[in-house]
Amino acid sequence: MSDKPATAKVKGTVSVKPEVCKGCAYCIEFCPTKSLEFSQSFNRKGYHYPVLARPETCTGCDLCGVHCPDFAIFGRRLKPGEKA
Amino acid sequence: MSQEALEGAGCAVESDNPVLPFLRQDRLPHIWCPGCGIGTTVNCFARALQDSGMKLDDVAIVSGIGCTGRVAGYMNLDSFHTTHGRAIPFATGLKLANPKLKVVVYSGDGDLSAIGGNHFIHAARRNMDLMVVCVTNHTYGMTGGQTAPTTPQGATQTTMPYGNFENPFNLPFLADACGAVYVARWTVYHVRHLARAMKEGLAKKGFSFIEALAPCPTLYSRRNKLGDGVEQLKYYKAKSTIKNGADTKDVGLTFQGDIIVGKFVDRERPTWLDSMNGHLTKVFPGKFTPYGS
Ligand code: SF4
Ligand code: SF4
Ligand code: SF4
Repeated sequence: MSDKPATAKVKGTVSVKPEVCKGCAYCIEFCPTKSLEFSQSFNRKGYHYPVLARPETCTGCDLCGVHCPDFAIFGRRLKPGEKA
Repeated sequence: MSQEALEGAGCAVESDNPVLPFLRQDRLPHIWCPGCGIGTTVNCFARALQDSGMKLDDVAIVSGIGCTGRVAGYMNLDSFHTTHGRAIPFATGLKLANPKLKVVVYSGDGDLSAIGGNHFIHAARRNMDLMVVCVTNHTYGMTGGQTAPTTPQGATQTTMPYGNFENPFNLPFLADACGAVYVARWTVYHVRHLARAMKEGLAKKGFSFIEALAPCPTLYSRRNKLGDGVEQLKYYKAKSTIKNGADTKDVGLTFQGDIIVGKFVDRERPTWLDSMNGHLTKVFPGKFTPYGS
């Protein structure tokens, strides 16, 4: 049985490998909480890559990770007490 | 891009992506275009392998030729990149030589249903124990966007500059009619469903067929003015209806029309090897040792 309050929201974060991203925007478009945005800067190949613009809304559901055709991003749940 | 800058952007810079152990990392990044849906299907396949708990040594993957034909070369499995259309016969030989292997055929719609169409129908008819993943993007990507047997009527291709007037294949119907024991279709918008279907296919004995609709933004979408990969996924999202158990004759595709997705067929039939063993045991009582069971 969990002793966490029932209102505790699942928190998550993402890991991004900017150098292999091709900027297709699947992760950004299909993130259910709209937590991602394109970076201002470019990677070496000239693509904008995703950044976690709203870490407070990310649930770590990893839908960004499953959609990514280039294995450049994945989401995960934060461990209790861990900061994004 | 420095580590500080990344972390400043709210991102951790670890690279322990859970799919990496299933890929040949020395071959990445892959050659597929930005927004090509093939990579997403591979991502789903890696997760299916992970969820299946199978040992990577127990799975082999065979591809034909084409953009999807490159998949075999990126998976961290024993893999074979065969000649055009011949993935299924090669996989059949592999399976019969080593019946303990799970053999996966991973190829494109053109390779499987045109050049390899004859192999496809006969492997399904014989219920050869193979899992066949067909990435359907309605075109020949690698050779420049020619009309495929899956190109919907009305779509423009390099070899149909005024629009395609041929009747396309309905691949789930074809697989079903020929006797496949598992038939499903999903799109790369339905990533969780697709990964689950692939996991079921890995566990299924007999000929399983999974069609994954995926955008080819570079040729199919551009020539038909359909926007980029995201636009195609939005179309999949808007026009797809999940109908598990749907009659496969009703699931044909039209140009940017409604899409029926789901698990259409899941049944049992003796595999080719089971049939051979059963038959020869009857014909040669006491003399025949069943092979590979
Ligand atoms: S893990 Fe889920 S919520 Fe977080 S960015 Fe990815 S898709 Fe969005
Ligand atoms: S889905 Fe992958 S390749 Fe596409 S923008 Fe996101 S991280 Fe980059
Ligand atoms: S040509 Fe089409 S199918 Fe081939 S890699 Fe590019 S987008 Fe994908």
